Amino acid sequence: MKRTLVLAAALAAVLPFSAAAHKAWLLPSQTVVAGNDPWITVDGAVSNDLFYFNHVPLRLESLVVTAPDGSQVQPQNAATGKFRSVFDIELKQAGTYRIASVNEGLFATYELNGERKRWRGSAASFGELPKNAQKLQVSESVGRVETFVTNGAPNATALKPTNKGIELVAVGHPNDLFAGEEATFRVLVDGTPTAGLEFEIVRGATRYRNAQDEIKVTSNAQGEIRVKWPEAGMYWLETGSEDAKTTVKQAGKRRLSYVATLEVLPQ
Amino acid sequence: MRVTLTIALSGLLATSPAYATTLDINVEVPKLNVAEYHRPYVAVWLEGADQKVAANLSVWYQQTSNSEGHGTKWLPDLRQWWRKSGRTLEVPVDGVTGPTRPVGTHALSFNDRAPALKQLAPGSYTLVVEAVREVGGRELLKVPFTWPAKAAQSGSAQGTTELGKVTLAIKP
Repeated sequence: MKRTLVLAAALAAVLPFSAAAHKAWLLPSQTVVAGNDPWITVDGAVSNDLFYFNHVPLRLESLVVTAPDGSQVQPQNAATGKFRSVFDIELKQAGTYRIASVNEGLFATYELNGERKRWRGSAASFGELPKNAQKLQVSESVGRVETFVTNGAPNATALKPTNKGIELVAVGHPNDLFAGEEATFRVLVDGTPTAGLEFEIVRGATRYRNAQDEIKVTSNAQGEIRVKWPEAGMYWLETGSEDAKTTVKQAGKRRLSYVATLEVLPQ
Repeated sequence: MRVTLTIALSGLLATSPAYATTLDINVEVPKLNVAEYHRPYVAVWLEGADQKVAANLSVWYQQTSNSEGHGTKWLPDLRQWWRKSGRTLEVPVDGVTGPTRPVGTHALSFNDRAPALKQLAPGSYTLVVEAVREVGGRELLKVPFTWPAKAAQSGSAQGTTELGKVTLAIKP
């Protein structure tokens, strides 16, 4: 019984994109900003409802904030509470900021002296696993949870793909989305446009309606998705896949996940 | 002597509009029965058939800072204007931007020698007026016209919330 539970928990942990998983997200206070010395604040959480903090906070250890000139800036006043994490960003530069939580890691289960064990770490720390580990099973994951904020005129320097894991590149701009208009995004896996990735897109404020009203799209042969925004709001977009391009040879497969929070403005 | 000069000058002034097409716009800021009133931010611009901004005519916003920040902080609330022009514009713009205006009808007058209209290529255009008010709403009105005007044109649009009547009169 206990073993089943542990196994279930282990499975849940390595399946970040499975339908049963909770939704991870970053929620900026606003995405279109102007004025002298503007600031924004961002919430990060993992929950079922969008965008309500009622499950666990999003951990901030792997936060990467890229400024409009491509440099990295430090978030300020970061704090993690019971249900959410929060941090502020001073938008010193004009242009587009990319705010992302990037997770790359390895997960292993093994048996040692007949006892079942779990391990979590990176490719660099993989060597710390005991040599006599039996029934070793390793999986690798690359995940990205991100959002975009523009101060003044948008630019694309921070949006340049890192070519690692799944990334979404707007044909146009991720802070230029309006209700009733169609937006096109290119889906990249390690920098290559990829067909067949399934996206789930859900507008926030799910608490106040009876259906998820999710939009489902799949990337086409050109590796593109097109979304016509039905109405204004903050949207959560997610996709995931898996492949065999692992960095550690013991890992059987690599799981990829991607989440973006996008604001759609009214006409 | 002085009298003659004045007459001569006024004669000059009187003759010049005969060669110029004038574009007269009236924008009404309505009187609203609300507990907390702030003058609206208003943008007045011309859009080409491609829906891109062809000319910024007038933008009214708070020119100063207060405890909440500088007035430019809320310019993105003029959403369409911000998207199409404001965000790439360095404000203030001489002859375009100015302070917010009180309730009433405001007359704006331009002629084809005004910097905004001098460059205007012949074609179909739309006069767009967008207004947004702190703790209030947002409204956008459009009046189509053709440029250059061969005959006199006029048009109007009636706002319901943040704007009153917007009229456009073009005299060649």
